[in-house]
Amino acid sequence: MPANLFNNFTDYGIGIGLRVPHYRHILSKKPVVDWFEIISENFMVDGGRPLEVLDAILEQYRVVQHGVAMYFGSAERLNREHLKKLKRLVKRTNTPWLSDHLCWGSVDGRYTHDLLPMPYTFACAKMTGQNIREARDFLEVPICVENVSSYAEFHASEMTEWEFLSEVVERADCGILLDVNNIYVSSKNHSFDPYEYLNNVPHHRVGQIHIAGHSKFEKYILDTHDHPVLDPVWKLYAHAVQLVGRTATLLEWDDRIPTFNEVHHEALKATQFIDQLENAAA
Amino acid sequence: MRRSKPPSSSISSRTPLLKAGSRSQLKQLQELMASALFRPLTVEDRMQPTWVDGRAMDKVAASFIKPNERLTSFERLEIYNRVYWFRVLDCLYDDYPGLRAVLGEQKFMKLITAYLAKYPSVSFTLRNLGSRLEKFIREEPKWARPHQRLALDMARFEWAQVVAFDDPAKPRITPDDILDAKPEKLRLGLQPYLSLLQLDYAVDEFLIAVRKSESDVLRAEASNIVEAMPKASRRSQKKIQLPKRRCVHLGVHRFDNVLYYKRLRSEAFAILSALRAGETVANACAIGLGGSKRRRANWSAQIKNWFNDWSSLGWFCRIS
Repeated sequence: MPANLFNNFTDYGIGIGLRVPHYRHILSKKPVVDWFEIISENFMVDGGRPLEVLDAILEQYRVVQHGVAMYFGSAERLNREHLKKLKRLVKRTNTPWLSDHLCWGSVDGRYTHDLLPMPYTFACAKMTGQNIREARDFLEVPICVENVSSYAEFHASEMTEWEFLSEVVERADCGILLDVNNIYVSSKNHSFDPYEYLNNVPHHRVGQIHIAGHSKFEKYILDTHDHPVLDPVWKLYAHAVQLVGRTATLLEWDDRIPTFNEVHHEALKATQFIDQLENAAA
Repeated sequence: MRRSKPPSSSISSRTPLLKAGSRSQLKQLQELMASALFRPLTVEDRMQPTWVDGRAMDKVAASFIKPNERLTSFERLEIYNRVYWFRVLDCLYDDYPGLRAVLGEQKFMKLITAYLAKYPSVSFTLRNLGSRLEKFIREEPKWARPHQRLALDMARFEWAQVVAFDDPAKPRITPDDILDAKPEKLRLGLQPYLSLLQLDYAVDEFLIAVRKSESDVLRAEASNIVEAMPKASRRSQKKIQLPKRRCVHLGVHRFDNVLYYKRLRSEAFAILSALRAGETVANACAIGLGGSKRRRANWSAQIKNWFNDWSSLGWFCRIS
């Protein structure tokens, strides 16, 4: 499924996140990169250097927007002002699809700036699905929702995380941004089989894949995005592409960011798994 | 017969569990979790052991978070509590190097913790996290003792830089736009990204010294020679002398998307402030010069130069 409804029938290959320490390199050296993912909220500003950089990047590269603050899983209705700002950015970037997380992060106008897990209930799935539909209708662009990494589970949950994700995307009729590192992190924190997760989500809805590094602690794993991708995550990724096919893939590296070339080189390791898949098919 | 204390594993069976079967139940659960996250950590960077109503925090956590074989409900919630505080404190730590240098690391951390406990973020972006810091220091100056005035000036100055970085720019007014306008009727707007600051301390010079010192430390750390230095001194910065009390006026702005702070004469500051308040150009100049102690200045040439400068910096825009 290289191209589907949820990534707007594109075939974007291997991208990396656009990060401040790389701006100078990218703008001066203009390296060949399939695409960049931007954090939408970093560019939902009214002027100055961020928009100048974004416009320069847009002249040379394909850009996809990834959000961290739409909070589809909030008990409150979506913030209309936020959506309006986001839509202005969508018009600027012409992003073929847009992603954000299956989570909540604000309540009563106060923000945690985190991607907090949800109780996996049918009622929450229904509310979240409505929110995603509302956002997509307003923004007029396909939406993919990303599974988050988590460190806590709720007594209130009525189903597994993958059942909840499936329930939400079916209700919203939207895509999935499948973060295989998050699946791995959560599988260790909550003792489930990550392959069972991968096998049981609607594969035809996967519009994009995320890979990243994480950090191991004594009693849990933290999704830190400050390392290369670890072997178990690459293995999960290989399994994911077998299930969903060649799919736009992005490496996230957000802390202790090395040089542009190191990040790009790490991302391009994903190519071997896609090649293996295509060789096997041939 | 005396009843023994129940084992911790029975907490969940004795505590009513929060449900999420409706929007209102989900809201209740999210409010509870968010409130837990917003509570400051203990001095050991742990979650507070007691809830706001005096209940044990492990009971409160167990009412909605499941334990697992390695972590209790308290410990799982605590991960989020810690991540929240580390993230927001890190953000202000990076955004306010000057205030940090004024107060010292320890006092700075106490101040921003108290600030965020009183004023949690109300914006989707961390960019706005310090937007109410000036207000907080005015309300609770005790956190900045004994440098309350200096800390206030620095907080205002560093927030002005956030504003200058990415606040909107309106279309500039060019000299042609106002060629035939009469100063008695002409009103000029100032760019939203321009902040005008009257300060009691020369915090601009101080911040430049702080930044230089920080970059020297970074350069030293990148050098092999640092290995030969005693550990304690590797990260220590040269102590920078705090500025003496001296009134300065600043325009904090951007030009070609690069941040600048420009010293202004008191008269120029008064003119710009009057323009921002909506006065006509003629009135603004009268106000600006009215308070001047300089008697022999060639004001007409001076004002012309100032307006030329401000115009070429793009500070003027139409009043919306």
